[in-house]
Amino acid sequence: MKRKILELLEKNSKLTAEEIAAMIGSDESSVATAIKELENDHIICGYQALVDWDKLDDQERVTAFIGVKISPVRGEGFDRISARISKFDEVKSVYLMSGSSNDLILTIEGDSLKEISHFVYNKIAPMDTVVSTATYFVLKKYKNHYVDMTEGHGEDKRIQIMP
Amino acid sequence: MKPVSKVADEIKPSGIRKFFDIVSEMPDAISLGVGEPDFDTPWHVVDEGIYSLEQGRTYYTSNSGLMELRQEICNWYERKYNISYEAAKNCLITVGGSEGIDLALRALINPGDEVIIPEPSYVSYVPCANLTGAVPVTIDLKNENQFKLTEAELAEHITDKTKVLILSYPNNPTGAIMTKEDLEPIARLAIENDLYVISDEIYSELTYTEEPHFSIASLPGMQERTIVINGFSKAFAMTGWRLGYALAPEKIAKLMIKIHQFCIMCAPTTSQYSAVEALRNGDNDVLNMKESYDERRRYLIKRLENIGMPAFEPLGAFYIFPSIQKFGMSSDEFATKLLQEQKLAVVPGNAFGNSGEGFVRISYAYSIDELREAMDRIEVFIS
Repeated sequence: MKRKILELLEKNSKLTAEEIAAMIGSDESSVATAIKELENDHIICGYQALVDWDKLDDQERVTAFIGVKISPVRGEGFDRISARISKFDEVKSVYLMSGSSNDLILTIEGDSLKEISHFVYNKIAPMDTVVSTATYFVLKKYKNHYVDMTEGHGEDKRIQIMP
Repeated sequence: MKPVSKVADEIKPSGIRKFFDIVSEMPDAISLGVGEPDFDTPWHVVDEGIYSLEQGRTYYTSNSGLMELRQEICNWYERKYNISYEAAKNCLITVGGSEGIDLALRALINPGDEVIIPEPSYVSYVPCANLTGAVPVTIDLKNENQFKLTEAELAEHITDKTKVLILSYPNNPTGAIMTKEDLEPIARLAIENDLYVISDEIYSELTYTEEPHFSIASLPGMQERTIVINGFSKAFAMTGWRLGYALAPEKIAKLMIKIHQFCIMCAPTTSQYSAVEALRNGDNDVLNMKESYDERRRYLIKRLENIGMPAFEPLGAFYIFPSIQKFGMSSDEFATKLLQEQKLAVVPGNAFGNSGEGFVRISYAYSIDELREAMDRIEVFIS
């Protein structure tokens, strides 16, 4: 049941326990208990809105992926530097990667290209074991978290009344 | 000017037309009136169509359709519903299930023959029967039987002129299904009275029971008198591709192919290539969509129950058919008021036959967020 609940919530976190219970043929209290457990175990780590900032006229919002090459330290590998990088509020996510010339990939959101560049230049690049950084700015978001972000998507294109 | 065709002229226009007109001028209305999936066609299926175009497969296929598609359909029917057909003899590809219904009736009917049509049902059976010169004999199915056709109801309507019985389960608009046990007595009557059965199984993949869909053609003595109509629209979310098929005894299939050859030539080639991909690699798509429909179905049942608009549990298709009798309005009045007051469109049950009066059809081919909003509006409307 937990797996099913997670699948449903991952796509739509607004579903209530009552609704999920109806959808999967369970009862509300069992679902509520399961969700509580998933939250306590940090399997459900949060509920957030998926925002398309580009549609907001008065506010520019820039997303960048930052590749970070690290010189790993004996005994602590990448964990210590990753934990330090994660502490910055500006950093949205931190992933350790395989198959890339970068060891870590960070995502950062900021109000301008300049703001992000400054942050990388001043905060990430000078860190002890950071060998190099590469900044990739996002030009356009086509799809994010299963959602097609392109213009006009999500409209119901069906004829509204059909036998 | 000389008069136009009397038969065509006398066909009753669709009862839902006026709702369509109102809804289309109400930009903030939400509609639960749609009869097609809300999912896009699975991408690998679309991609195969695009690839076929890139390969220059832009010509007619054989009249009865691509052999590899017909073979996949026969494999599918054997694998899913335990009926063996020969691709070369029994299968033809049609322009949607709709064409199959028309062809089957035209292949079977002589003017004056009676066609039994249990209602509520999809809206094309009566007009298609009319066009062949048949006499449509409708049966008013009952809510207390969960809108299944019973042996007694059928027996009561058979005369010496009866030639065809049209069965459509899983059913649009009621969501009813008929199990093997339900179909056995019907098959017995069909055999005793030498009736043909047109079994419209377009929703066959959308059933919400442990047992898969059961086709009446798989009962002993029935394959030789049954024309199965099916297609890709509902199972694979391919309504706009206009692709269906018929599985019929060889003699009837030949007649249907003959009519199809002169009227249609062949079904769209691009769609046929896509459909091959759908049947070969689309099982998971069907399962995932079905799971979503099932979640919504359960959600709606619960909400309608809480609101006080009970419906029998629909076990197939993607419709629920609640009774609105206790509100003292006709289906038309209910649907019109709901649309005017709450800007929510549902289809009045009488659009699907007289016995649909007192009910409305609600489609759950919508996201949960849309269904929640719609149910909230119905709740306000009722109270």
